[in-house]
Amino acid sequence: MLAPRIIPCLLVHNKGLVKTVKFKDAKYVGDPINAVKIFNEKESDELMVLDIDATVQNREPDYKMIENLATECRMPLCYGGGIKTVEQATRIFNLGVEKIAISSAAVENPKLLSDIAKEVGNQSVVVVIDVKKKMFGGYDVYTHNGTKKTKIDLEKFISELQSLGVGEIVMNSIDNDGIMNGYDLSLIEKIKPLIEVPMTVLGGAGSLNDIKTLIEKFGIIGCASGSLFVFKGKYRAVLINYPKSLEKQQLIKDSKVEVINV
Amino acid sequence: MIGIIDYGVGNIKAFSNIYQNLNIPFKVVKNIDDFENVSKLILPGVGSFDHAMTSLQSSGMKEKLDELVLAKKLPIIGICVGMQMLAKSSEEGVSDGLSWIDGVVKKFDKSKIKNGPLPHMGWNTLNIEKQNTIFDNLEENPRYYFLHSYYFECNNKEDVIATATYGEKFHCMINHENIYGIQCHPEKSHHNGIQLLKNFGEL
Repeated sequence: MLAPRIIPCLLVHNKGLVKTVKFKDAKYVGDPINAVKIFNEKESDELMVLDIDATVQNREPDYKMIENLATECRMPLCYGGGIKTVEQATRIFNLGVEKIAISSAAVENPKLLSDIAKEVGNQSVVVVIDVKKKMFGGYDVYTHNGTKKTKIDLEKFISELQSLGVGEIVMNSIDNDGIMNGYDLSLIEKIKPLIEVPMTVLGGAGSLNDIKTLIEKFGIIGCASGSLFVFKGKYRAVLINYPKSLEKQQLIKDSKVEVINV
Repeated sequence: MIGIIDYGVGNIKAFSNIYQNLNIPFKVVKNIDDFENVSKLILPGVGSFDHAMTSLQSSGMKEKLDELVLAKKLPIIGICVGMQMLAKSSEEGVSDGLSWIDGVVKKFDKSKIKNGPLPHMGWNTLNIEKQNTIFDNLEENPRYYFLHSYYFECNNKEDVIATATYGEKFHCMINHENIYGIQCHPEKSHHNGIQLLKNFGEL
């Protein structure tokens, strides 16, 4: 049986790991390589690492860091941050990264996605969509780490991404980032029926129960979180953590998800 | 010594790291001169079928591989697209495959997956269909990481040693004489993956 994926999402800022709240107030939480080692031990399903500076500073991805992460990582790794060209994407891919996440460049130059897919395969092209609620309903799509509002229509964008051949869509809620009070379920309800590729949700998980709720409602889905896996307790003490294998199995069992099976 | 074939496609480092930690001798093979002392081969692969086949052709290693695998019978394991390359052809592209194991590569039938997305992405169970030393010391119903939209379909059922299910049962691990193929990613599947690669190293 195929299981829903539970994915720690790590943010890199000034070469350290940070966690933000609503994309702001980056708090230092540790060293990226050390975190990867801990998630190896805990056998996490996947790992997502996003460099939140690269696009904003208009610089190249930090290849040395990516190589170090990929070398250490014993689970599938998704890297995002600063990728604007096919050459950059292939270079990163060849460092041993399974999936390439694109965000700002997907908005500015959607054709890039199909060009990258031709080189590395559709299954390895991930688009992260950062969204924020509009005052009177609906969602705005943001780029450049939440600093630039676009005029994009979210639903049209999602269908365009799929026709360009992306392999996964990550919906990231700026409003819920770091709040640890649950995912934006109404956003997912609205968007999920439009998505035929694997979908991952990011922003808001504060407990394993939030993940369970997501699986209960949506079945096979990627449940990503930053805060949940780097903080412990209501005072947000830094502690890298991840559910144990049995805990995870129980959670999936309890959510009574209709699994795709024989 | 294990030779990890580096033709510009696939995660060479992930395999090297695992064998390094296991203290199993290996080397990265980039051209025909590198095959010296190699007694076993890993053929990784990611991306599209045609891209992988074209890259292997242009690496200049294909003829040498045909010789080592078909005539000298060196054990080899093709992984992910590396497994698909063992087939005659693929629905994903127009290139000829290696034709080392009788079969073709097909795309998952969307109608059979119900609400499931494509690609088939995530952790799924491997069902062992036929005993093989490559499965030694694995836990029961081991789980592996998958990331693919196409799968290998064997023409000879006796070549199938493990299956997995995504909407329909598909051939996930195959073996014909010295040639093995596996669709999922043992190099990214924690302890079950390491065990399997160790078993291959000790074949």
